[in-house]
Amino acid sequence: MSSGRYKIFLGMAAGVGKTYRMLQEGHAEAEAGRDVVIGYLEPHKREETSAQARGLEVVPRRRVAVRDVTVEEMDLPALLARSPDLALIDELAHTNPPGLTHKKRYEDIADVLESGIDVFSTVNVQHLESLNDQVAELTGVRVRETVPDSVLGSADEVVLIDLTPETLIARLRAGKVYPGENVQAALDNFFRIENLAALREVSLRQVAEDVESKRLFSQDEALGTRQEERVAADAPKAVGERLLALVRPQPSSQRLVRRAWRSAQRLGTDLDLLWVKPPGKPIEGEQERQVTALRQLASVLGATLLIEEHDDLVAAVARVVRERGSTYIMVGEADPPRGLARLREPLPQRLMRATPPGVDVRIVAHRGRKEGER
Amino acid sequence: MIDHVLVATALVAGLGGGYLIARSRLRGRRSDHPDTIHQILLPFTGTEVSRRALDAALRLARAEGATLMPAYLAAVPKSLPLECAIPNEARRAMPMLEAIEQRASAQGVGVDARIERGRSYRHALERLLEHETFDRVVVPASTAGATGFSGDDLVWLLRKAPAEVLILRPGPEDQRVIASPSA
Repeated sequence: MSSGRYKIFLGMAAGVGKTYRMLQEGHAEAEAGRDVVIGYLEPHKREETSAQARGLEVVPRRRVAVRDVTVEEMDLPALLARSPDLALIDELAHTNPPGLTHKKRYEDIADVLESGIDVFSTVNVQHLESLNDQVAELTGVRVRETVPDSVLGSADEVVLIDLTPETLIARLRAGKVYPGENVQAALDNFFRIENLAALREVSLRQVAEDVESKRLFSQDEALGTRQEERVAADAPKAVGERLLALVRPQPSSQRLVRRAWRSAQRLGTDLDLLWVKPPGKPIEGEQERQVTALRQLASVLGATLLIEEHDDLVAAVARVVRERGSTYIMVGEADPPRGLARLREPLPQRLMRATPPGVDVRIVAHRGRKEGER
Repeated sequence: MIDHVLVATALVAGLGGGYLIARSRLRGRRSDHPDTIHQILLPFTGTEVSRRALDAALRLARAEGATLMPAYLAAVPKSLPLECAIPNEARRAMPMLEAIEQRASAQGVGVDARIERGRSYRHALERLLEHETFDRVVVPASTAGATGFSGDDLVWLLRKAPAEVLILRPGPEDQRVIASPSA
């Protein structure tokens, strides 16, 4: 059985109309003759949303006792037994209470898709794991319910529900998002023009990257040579590109990290820092201090520091490139070779041969030595 | 002839021995010197760092063969975890650290930079003092005010820093700064 098609409606914040649009499209599918049900709907007491849901069959919710209260959740077994053509499932980032099949709703959705049912679902951009820190810093609000980026990457279609910040605030003031008593608090906190503008930019960029990654992926499929098929199959379904900077625990690596981070920012990509440590030697003394400094810097920048113990630098890098889906490697300028090492092929060339085709290698010059050489 | 050779050998041996003894004494004296400076900390906040303070720190580092540790202090709001990524702060810090490294590099001074997070600038500095070692701190008093160190912070630093603290008095003509372009 082939798995169902997955469409996600992505928004910058609550109230932009994701659920409304999902229901609209659900109606259109039903009118076209498909069997459509609502697997789970969270109308948030919004009249327009509730009105839009009328006429669509709803799979009754499952009641679950959590401590002293009873909550209503999506009934996954009932939905699977009902087996419609298309299920509308709101809020894919939701965390299920204990006792249900899965911890997260996006995992429930994976089961639904696997059984051949198409799914429409919704999510706000701040729930995406890789953007969680960025959004928290921009807005000062951190959400606890996160979903891996691969969830968005695995969708067949991502639809951005866009609204200008001014329009969203007008909707909020008109009581279309939250009940009247909560409006002022929302306006004073999360729903500020600057927050919404920043979130809108993040959402637009996210969808642009998603479109590009899918376009590149489908190009690979269309080309169809054996080598390209292998590369496409090997590459993880990551959103966008990924940079890998080769570092060593020494202060001169910081310049490389700064350059790599700046490039990652421009490209809007994730950054990994990799130190290939010679095997057997314990990390201690000054080296330990520098590793701690690198780890701190990576944490500040939202990058990931990887330490691989291996005696073959090129082999270790090639493995990490494949595992992480890196598309770009940055290396520092090597020390001038001495003795027999002069006969050896330079590191960038060895890296290019060992990594999948299309992975770029960039050398960052060592400023200190250049100055000293003059 | 043999006499000449013996005299020459004795002379060379004497001179060589004298040189070795003098060198070892000199080394011993250097290593015993309590004022040897290895690392100079230059903490800064906000979107600029005083050129005067940077130049002073670089002069000292060069004279003492020390490494400069410029440290950007970032205040993380309480709504966020202290160890969270702070890309906006990093965007401000990076160009300044790059500019500092350029100036240091031109003067042959090694740089080992840091970005330290805290709930306030003082807290960030406190965390830095906890896990880094340095022998001298250079602080520009000109940054005292809303975006920099307050007078209280400087007094606190004098009490807490396990190193020499050099507070640079602001000069009326000192308007030069290394600033982040994003500021």
